[in-house]
Amino acid sequence: MINEIALSADALVKRFKTSDGWNTAVDHLSLQVHRGETYGLIGPDGAGKTTTVRLLLGLLSRTEGKTGILGFDSMNNPYEIREHVGYIAQQFVLPADLTVMENMHFFANMQGVTNEEQKKQIPELLAFAGLTDFTGRLAGQLSGGMKKKLALACSLVHTPQVVLLDEPTLGVDPISRREFWNLLGNLRAERGLTIFVCTPYMDEAERCTQIGLIYKGKLIANDTPNQIKHMVTGELLEFTPSRFVPAQDLVITLEGVLEVQTYGEKLHVFVDETKRRMSQIEAALAAQGITHQGMRVIDIRMEEAFISLIRRQTNTGKQSITEAVSNSLI
Amino acid sequence: MNHLNFVDNQDTNPTQPPIIVEGLTKSFGSFIAVDHVSFSVRAGDVFGWLGPNGAGKTTTIRMLLGLIKPTSGSASVLGFDPVTQTKTMQAHVGYMSQQFTLYNELTARENIQFYGKVYGLERDELKKREDEIMQMAGLVGRENVLTSQLSGGWKQRLALGCAIVHRPRVVFLDEPTAGVDPISRRDFWGLIYAMAKKGVTVLVTTHYMDEAELCQRVGFISQGRLVALDSPSRLKETQMHGQVLEINCSNPEGGMRILKAVQQQGQIPLLEVALYGAQIHSVLPEAQEYKEAIRNILLQNNIQVHSLEWIDPTLEDVFISSVTTFSPSSV
Repeated sequence: MINEIALSADALVKRFKTSDGWNTAVDHLSLQVHRGETYGLIGPDGAGKTTTVRLLLGLLSRTEGKTGILGFDSMNNPYEIREHVGYIAQQFVLPADLTVMENMHFFANMQGVTNEEQKKQIPELLAFAGLTDFTGRLAGQLSGGMKKKLALACSLVHTPQVVLLDEPTLGVDPISRREFWNLLGNLRAERGLTIFVCTPYMDEAERCTQIGLIYKGKLIANDTPNQIKHMVTGELLEFTPSRFVPAQDLVITLEGVLEVQTYGEKLHVFVDETKRRMSQIEAALAAQGITHQGMRVIDIRMEEAFISLIRRQTNTGKQSITEAVSNSLI
Repeated sequence: MNHLNFVDNQDTNPTQPPIIVEGLTKSFGSFIAVDHVSFSVRAGDVFGWLGPNGAGKTTTIRMLLGLIKPTSGSASVLGFDPVTQTKTMQAHVGYMSQQFTLYNELTARENIQFYGKVYGLERDELKKREDEIMQMAGLVGRENVLTSQLSGGWKQRLALGCAIVHRPRVVFLDEPTAGVDPISRRDFWGLIYAMAKKGVTVLVTTHYMDEAELCQRVGFISQGRLVALDSPSRLKETQMHGQVLEINCSNPEGGMRILKAVQQQGQIPLLEVALYGAQIHSVLPEAQEYKEAIRNILLQNNIQVHSLEWIDPTLEDVFISSVTTFSPSSV
């Protein structure tokens, strides 16, 4: 059971015809999601996340490769997939003039859930989503966070084994976002649900068991969050220099410095060995009359790892990709 | 290389904070949107104004911009009263709203020209600003592209450019990074700090707590009231109710079910239990006895505990802790 594959893509390619030729939205992407896993497809806007989800669901036809969910081929068995899979599309809007309860029944009927099943399932799902006290409220009058929870409940009404969620927390506040992810955690723990989530938020990656980093249609990393953070070589130093751009330009030239990223008023410097390099960096800054505050070793988070991996992919070298922008400023 | 100046040559009174808010209150009928809020922002600071939806963030900004009148209390922006000196104040203040109010059917350059003319910039000055902003936004070579064709990150930087075309000394950014990818967000924060280094005071709202970590000071607002105000690092020391325990075990899903039951029975005061990837995070009072109790309960249920560690809270942990302590109905 544990190693059973719930969802897979094998050398998946999708090309769209545009006015200037063909655009490759998904480029030889391969991934596997095992049952009971929470897989996060993480990447910036336009990276190919939504296209991948639509290909998996069979809503778009693939150009090359193979895709399937629960052993059903996305292209050949779309009805079986619809029966066993839940889906929340990006920017999905519930019928606003239906109440919470009416929405639940509406989606249950669409999915052909029997009345008997509905009587059992709907109260359970409403309780789980914390919506029991709001069954008579119009969906249009729910808060943003509650709308997302209702959408999740609706997507589960036919008891799917897999759900695909495309940016489900877009635009909701931190508290609702935390609640939504706690619900996903509960679904994993209590029902063993397989969850596939697309998100641009790096911190949400930490809540997945397995993640894929997608950039320009390619999967540039595919592993557990911990392993991905370990793919970045070196250790990370953080400090606030008194003069930002001169400090950035200087540090990048120093021995043992692998990469420099900007972080607000701070610099994030990847070095081969913090013990050796910290004092060297301090001395080099001092020689140029640059003071600094709060130099410390910090853990590499998903965001730093992602930026570093993308930079490697695009060969932009060890200077910041914000270089052109910030240099023109100061 | 062009040098972009954000600030005009007038110096503000260095002793007076550019934003001062005292007992600011706004009611809409019986609903109190902002409730006796007081704070000030130092010159050149990047100040994060954070709260859940409907907490009163945007209402505060609208009062500071002079768009709506407070019910009681007062505000001062650059020494001006937003209520009685609205026009004079607005000439020195920039505002970028959540929707990046850009004209999609105009080119990037035409958008800057439009805003420049609205602010009454002279022809030569406007020409200079156009070039500076194009460079800042990374739009050199794309001056004549329709705004509708630009990606999120470019639109965002262009919107910022339009908001600062008149070299304001205070800039309000209301959720400026909504819907923008992580790399563009980093770039954008580079621009925010470049402005701050030039002495511009920035007040920014955001839903991303990892971004809020980048602010020098932050204020948390919940149900109209200011519940915490300090630097992110100080808030982590003072505002966290309980600490975060990270649990690595042989069966996180099983462990989660067990700890949920423990939470419901109240054996251990677990404020939160949640799955974080392959780990479980729980928020509880920092005590060795609780830690050992958790280890024992998991062991009794045949779950091997690999590690059990108190970890540093993120600003999101602190935010949720202080906001939900204030209004326990939420989580």
